[in-house]
Amino acid sequence: MIKNILTVVAIIGLGWILYPLLVDFETSTVLNPLAQEYVKGSAADLNLPNAVTAVVVTYRGLDTLGEVTVLFLATAGIGYFLKRRSNKKAKQTAGSEILQTGAKLLTPLFMVFGIYIFSHGHLSPGGGFQGGVVIASGILMIVLAEVNFHFSHLILQFSESLSGIAYVGMGLAGLVLLGLNNFLDPRYFLPGNYLALFSAGAIPVIYSLIGIKVGSELASVLAAIQQDGGEA
Amino acid sequence: MITLVFGMLLVLVGVWAMLTRKQIIRIIIGFTIVDTGIHLIIVAIGYVKGGTAPILDRAVSELPAAAAGVEALGKVVDPVPSALVLTAIVIGLAVTGLMLAYTVRLFKHGKSDSIDDYEEQKW
Amino acid sequence: MLETIALIVLGVVALAAAVFSTLCRSTLNAVIASGVTSLMASIMFLLAASPDVAMTEATIGAGLTTVIFLYALKHIRSSGGGKDD
Repeated sequence: MIKNILTVVAIIGLGWILYPLLVDFETSTVLNPLAQEYVKGSAADLNLPNAVTAVVVTYRGLDTLGEVTVLFLATAGIGYFLKRRSNKKAKQTAGSEILQTGAKLLTPLFMVFGIYIFSHGHLSPGGGFQGGVVIASGILMIVLAEVNFHFSHLILQFSESLSGIAYVGMGLAGLVLLGLNNFLDPRYFLPGNYLALFSAGAIPVIYSLIGIKVGSELASVLAAIQQDGGEA
Repeated sequence: MITLVFGMLLVLVGVWAMLTRKQIIRIIIGFTIVDTGIHLIIVAIGYVKGGTAPILDRAVSELPAAAAGVEALGKVVDPVPSALVLTAIVIGLAVTGLMLAYTVRLFKHGKSDSIDDYEEQKW
Repeated sequence: MLETIALIVLGVVALAAAVFSTLCRSTLNAVIASGVTSLMASIMFLLAASPDVAMTEATIGAGLTTVIFLYALKHIRSSGGGKDD
């Protein structure tokens, strides 16, 4: 009984904390000055149509580096906790006929779509994280459909580590080539034309590396969770 | 404004789910609902009335690069909350996966999936 | 005007799915209801003029999170876990 009363008090308290945000809220009609600087700079300095990509990769690039680190730590933790079943005991049931045929038709399309999303991240909505998740979903589909699809964890680990090292390496290359306060500055590559595919400096390369890294990490997490079979 | 109200209501429903359920997986589902509600609140704050998506291509302005940035200032929404929520969604997925790995391992050790049976691990 | 009506309908469906996922007896229904909440939230993000956030929430929230929950539920069920609250 006392627990129910405390629950109600906690929820009313949380509502009372959130209430002042609702009372004096009016939808703004002009952008605030910081957002104006970012939008102007993304078109003029960086030659980049997608302003959200400019904020994620360049202006707040250290936050993206921190996010990639957190994702890596979570993947390492999940891989540590879930034991891998030995390969002698294969998966018992295959997918149904519809799933097998559909997976064989759709998995190449998934891969191409994922690569399109992260390579055009600077021209249209999308980017590295969305493309990586679509690639991991394509790999999941073929893992669900086939009975004995042996996954080479070594390739996934190599691609994840190499893309991580290359991402930090490109950030450091900005530091070396452009002066001492320009970590993750992408202006040392060719600027190119506005709205072309190879434009906006090193940003497409950085986003593609992030996409490959996120895709291999999530694919290895899905493979680890599916194959867990041991005791503690 | 409407997005803000529904985000706050989702946060309250999620916290209620975390506080009153006994199974560990239900508590984790409540956590993901709280996460979704907070992302709705943040995106609702960055909205500019009558604005469009912050992508400066031919649909927003026809001028070449440097002048396009200045002309688009009156027409796009704020890009900074979108970038922050992008990061937050991916981190929410990572933390949820880690919590579920803990749950699976805890269940294999303790043989029970109700949180009342793990009292011996409190100190 | 149409946008306001669409936002209200989506918000009500998301809230109803969240309440249903708390109160129902079977855990499988709760997991699928949380996927429906994420999907409604993704369309609300699109109507608030953020297509990047909408894509990310649709793939991660309504896709991968539901799949990881279902895998964890399978491991708990196969060792004799519980079904209702």
